[in-house]
Amino acid sequence: MLPEPPRDRMRVQRLQDALFHQVTRFFAFSVLAILAAIIASLLYGAWPALQEFGAGFPFSAEWNPVADKFGGLISVYGTLSTSVIALVVAIPVSFGIAIFLTELCPPVLRGPLGIAVELLAAVPSIIYGMWGLFVFAPLFADYIQPVLSMTLGNLPFIGALFQGPKNGIGILSAGLILSVMVIPFIASVMRDVFEVVPGILKESAYGLGATTWEVVWNIVLPYTRVGVIGGVMLGLGRALGETMAVTFVIGNAHRISPSLYEAGNSIASTLANEFAEAASDLHVSSLIALGLILFFVTFVVLALSKILLMRLGRSEGEKT
Amino acid sequence: MSDTTVLYRKRVRTNRVALMCSMLAMLIGMSFLAWIMIVLLYKGFGALSLSLFTQSTPAPGSDGGLFNAILGSLMMVGVSTFIATPIGILAGVYLSEFGRKGWLAPTTRFINDILLSAPSIVIGVFIYAVYVAQVQHFSGWAGSMALALIAIPVVVRTTENMLNLVPGSLREAASALGAPRWKVVLHVVLRSARAGVLTGILLAIARVSGETAPLLFTALNNQFTSYDLNGPMANLPVVIFQFAMSPYENWNSLAWGGAILITFGVLCLNIVVRTMFRKKI
Amino acid sequence: MMQSTVSTKREMSFSHLREDATTAVAHGAEPKIKIRNLDFFYGSFQGLKHIDLDIQEGMVTAFIGPSGCGKSTLLRTLNRMYDLYPGQRATGEILLNGKNVLSPDQDVNALRAKVGMVFQKPTPFPMSIYENIAFGVRLYENLSRADMDNRVEWALRKAALWDEVKGKLNQSGLSLSGGQQQRLCIARGVAVKPEVLLLDEPTSALDPISTAKVEELVHELKSEYTIAIVTHNMQQAARVSDYTAYMYLGELVEFGLTDEIFIKPKRKETEDYITGRFG
Repeated sequence: MLPEPPRDRMRVQRLQDALFHQVTRFFAFSVLAILAAIIASLLYGAWPALQEFGAGFPFSAEWNPVADKFGGLISVYGTLSTSVIALVVAIPVSFGIAIFLTELCPPVLRGPLGIAVELLAAVPSIIYGMWGLFVFAPLFADYIQPVLSMTLGNLPFIGALFQGPKNGIGILSAGLILSVMVIPFIASVMRDVFEVVPGILKESAYGLGATTWEVVWNIVLPYTRVGVIGGVMLGLGRALGETMAVTFVIGNAHRISPSLYEAGNSIASTLANEFAEAASDLHVSSLIALGLILFFVTFVVLALSKILLMRLGRSEGEKT
Repeated sequence: MSDTTVLYRKRVRTNRVALMCSMLAMLIGMSFLAWIMIVLLYKGFGALSLSLFTQSTPAPGSDGGLFNAILGSLMMVGVSTFIATPIGILAGVYLSEFGRKGWLAPTTRFINDILLSAPSIVIGVFIYAVYVAQVQHFSGWAGSMALALIAIPVVVRTTENMLNLVPGSLREAASALGAPRWKVVLHVVLRSARAGVLTGILLAIARVSGETAPLLFTALNNQFTSYDLNGPMANLPVVIFQFAMSPYENWNSLAWGGAILITFGVLCLNIVVRTMFRKKI
Repeated sequence: MMQSTVSTKREMSFSHLREDATTAVAHGAEPKIKIRNLDFFYGSFQGLKHIDLDIQEGMVTAFIGPSGCGKSTLLRTLNRMYDLYPGQRATGEILLNGKNVLSPDQDVNALRAKVGMVFQKPTPFPMSIYENIAFGVRLYENLSRADMDNRVEWALRKAALWDEVKGKLNQSGLSLSGGQQQRLCIARGVAVKPEVLLLDEPTSALDPISTAKVEELVHELKSEYTIAIVTHNMQQAARVSDYTAYMYLGELVEFGLTDEIFIKPKRKETEDYITGRFG
């Protein structure tokens, strides 16, 4: 038999263990510290602008570097409108893709097609931007915009949205490119949450003679509703903060107009275009204030998404 | 025809239409991927040549390549991976090995998942404010830091997921020999998950390689070849952005060449990683 | 001995056991482990209730009972494996060589170096066969390369695995078959020269031939180690153990010499379980 391990060896070991614990804890904590530092530095940088322009900053449409007068409305509007367009297009398409992958796809193809959808998410955003500007925009201007003008453009109320210069650049184009970019994110989450639906639940519905569509619409969707909304929020979070794809096609014009065909600017594209060249301190500060608004909004949206997805996960945990 | 058959036909028809729409959606998604790939090949293939890899970015109208940009991207992605890997792995270890109790682990997990999707341009603004503005010049270090901040959440998330896949019995077996916790984790748990952890690092590399926004006002750009991380540094995404938006034809062509390099690099990494570790990510 | 078939082995062992067990009791040897008034809790659920039990040195003690009866839990208190999980705790006393291992100042790693454990499923570490064994040895001993080689060979011979792996010590432990992996885990446990070996259903994931090999091993090992084995296979308990404890719903129902438990149990519940009327 071995003698008792020496006491000081055990003490060293305990110290090493405590040290290891604290080191990993420190790095876990550093993730929180990064977030805190981001918020603090944005607040600090935005402070002069917020002091100068007050709480009305996000609601003022004036953006005049010459006169040193700044307001965020144009960029905020651009960010929100492009994101809404992206979601309107992306939600049904993502839903279709998720249904296809979980219910219709032959098992052999499920893996490769799943990867293909994820590849769509992996393509760098600058590539979407180039493709949008050089390939999509001309085709959009020549073939789609005139058709939309002639049809939707004649409707009351929303008609004005689809009138204007048909050059393929602007809020609508940016929104559509964004939708292509967020489709894979939303579709992946939807596919994942659809897969948690217990097979027995679906089988019971099929056993009653329900069609595939009825099972999806009446069983799968209600069961996973929370997770589906979480996936949409994740897509929204991505769309709000996307920079390069939008910068290429939004037109980078600081104006606000009723038409979606007109050029505009989003928060991210304004930052991308002006930050490195901003001359006055107030200009830099105003840009940082825009960044703060963007960070705050995406944070809230992503937090909501995470909470919803966690709630689905938890109720799943309770059942098993 | 009885009422029930009418109803039944209607249901079948609805089903068929819905499923057609679903297939159409898949087709749309795939055709966009194919479309983008074809455009890249069509426009970028002509720009691929040896000089693309050997010469630096030219003045408008003259010959050149992307050597300085490729070099800068490799250096900055390398440095950022070097920074993000230990931080991400250790934080992931904490979440998976010590994260059962207390407030820190759930909070970190939550915040990390938000940072995973946070707007990358804001990360650029952050590094600008805390580093570039302080030292008064753009630099490769600043770019690397911005990329590292984007890579960390990816490494944290995959590391935790991969460690959670290691069966608890393996931890118990190592503990049962009297191994202290840190040896259990480093020699047994991390070791058996090393392929998965490597996956996380590769995914992080793939993610930051294509990032443009955080480099715009950190690394900026440099038309010359530079090995100095302490000065402005050329990099593929920003060069592509600048050249694509320019009116010069030779610049546009180089932009497509760069686009093809970066896209196929990133996609190959993704394909390798995802086919090797399907279902785990 | 090693070549003998399982059935003859069983007969031999029976007569052999009885002798051992009775002599131990007759000599009134001080037990290796004394469990006194042990309670165990998973959060608010009580997994073990007032367990009192002695484990004799150099003997095999088997724990049987229906699943969920607490037999594995009891085993896991002996090396404080439950310490890994917050919310699990034990009260009472477990005296190993007269010292309470449940006391807070007991270093759990030092304890586990003395009380080895083999699990239900083989758990080879993701390293070579050689390293699998050397890993545990290096924790508490600084051996020269040659000494380590000897130790590895010794442990593998103890686990009757040496002849099968001597040519491929550098291959991954994961490349072995299930039965070989389990014997590797036993070798790993033996290599650190513990005083007590805890076996938690060590054969439940193995085929009959591997099971027989592991059972033979238990026999070989008990001359040097005190062994506690949890099994849901009553024949196995009868074959390998000197003492048997029957547990039910966290309580120790009956404990005694294996022969007595299996031939004339005192309690009706034990008899029902052993004869298969319940369980």
